[in-house]
Amino acid sequence: MNKFSKILQLFVVFLKIGAFTFGGGYAMIPIIQKEIVEKKKWITDDDILEIIAIAESTPGPIAINSATFVGYRVAGFFGAFFSTLGVVLPSFVIILLISFVLREFQSIKAVQYAFNGIRAGVLALLIKALVGMYKKAPKNVVSYIVIAASFIITAFFDINVLFVIIGCAVFGLITSLIAKRRAEK
Amino acid sequence: MMVFLDLFLTFFKIGAFTFGGGYAMLPLMQEEVLAHKWMELSSVVNFIAVSESTPGPFAINMATYVGSEVGGEFGIAGSIFGSFCATLGVVLPSFVVILIVAKCFERFKNSFVVKGCMTGLKPAVVGLIGSAIISVALTVFLPSGVSMAGLMASIKDVAFYCYLVIFALCTVLAFKKVHPIIIIILAAVLGIVTGYVL
Repeated sequence: MNKFSKILQLFVVFLKIGAFTFGGGYAMIPIIQKEIVEKKKWITDDDILEIIAIAESTPGPIAINSATFVGYRVAGFFGAFFSTLGVVLPSFVIILLISFVLREFQSIKAVQYAFNGIRAGVLALLIKALVGMYKKAPKNVVSYIVIAASFIITAFFDINVLFVIIGCAVFGLITSLIAKRRAEK
Repeated sequence: MMVFLDLFLTFFKIGAFTFGGGYAMLPLMQEEVLAHKWMELSSVVNFIAVSESTPGPFAINMATYVGSEVGGEFGIAGSIFGSFCATLGVVLPSFVVILIVAKCFERFKNSFVVKGCMTGLKPAVVGLIGSAIISVALTVFLPSGVSMAGLMASIKDVAFYCYLVIFALCTVLAFKKVHPIIIIILAAVLGIVTGYVL
């Protein structure tokens, strides 16, 4: 198969993924598996595991990271470009349209009431997300210190979140270095 | 016109410094959007619900929406261009980093520095979402302000208890793995009922 048609197919597959996965991120992985591994056989199941590991340890949304990585693996730079474009495009168009509609409807009383209830529902969804994230985090002293420190500093102090993120990365690096030194002795 | 550059740069920063995807972005997003006075916190929370009910990743949805809101003062073309700048900004860091990583994959995978940073970043995400939950909880339960007076005003208000019940119900459903869209629809209906009855 020539490269041009591969790129076109990547674009279409990721357009589909962008249009039909709700909640983003991990929800996409099974669909990538089905479309790219099982149907097209462009990458293997092992690649998928690698992609998840990479997506988690690089900045940015998991959906974008996976699309770019799969696209690059299959068809180089233009594969990466069109896969990413494909996965972004549906969100972009849908949300743009919604933003126009929301602007018109926001002043309606019933809509305001609905959103008062919805915010309480969103709080519940965030708590569910928090528990999921906690289960995935490592369970050791360093991890607990970082969880407590990042929570307290961000929630109760007026410090830029950016510094908290950088600080946690540096702290993780330093403690890993110390652990490595100790192991070597 | 500076506002479009600002949208691009701000969302570039958000894209470059959030790990773990999804709600891990919330605290930084919230901080930037509030500092720029682009949106109120309650609108950000409303939009989380919109994003859960529409396809696509939260970060992209949020960037597109904020871009459209901010660019909106220049009309429809401004909305579209604002969305474009913010979305491009949030996507670009991922795109570039992944291209680099894909080229030197083996070295990245075995890198001690990357692994070390991740031991700090993974738990940090938990703390960050925790702090986002606090600020969302305050908008839900203390709409009249974070103070003793605000608290007293809230607990005298019947609506406070209604939202508490909605929240408790939704939490139970969320942990029973009910789909987020169903939870949002239910919360909306209960919110409307609460609003009209009180």
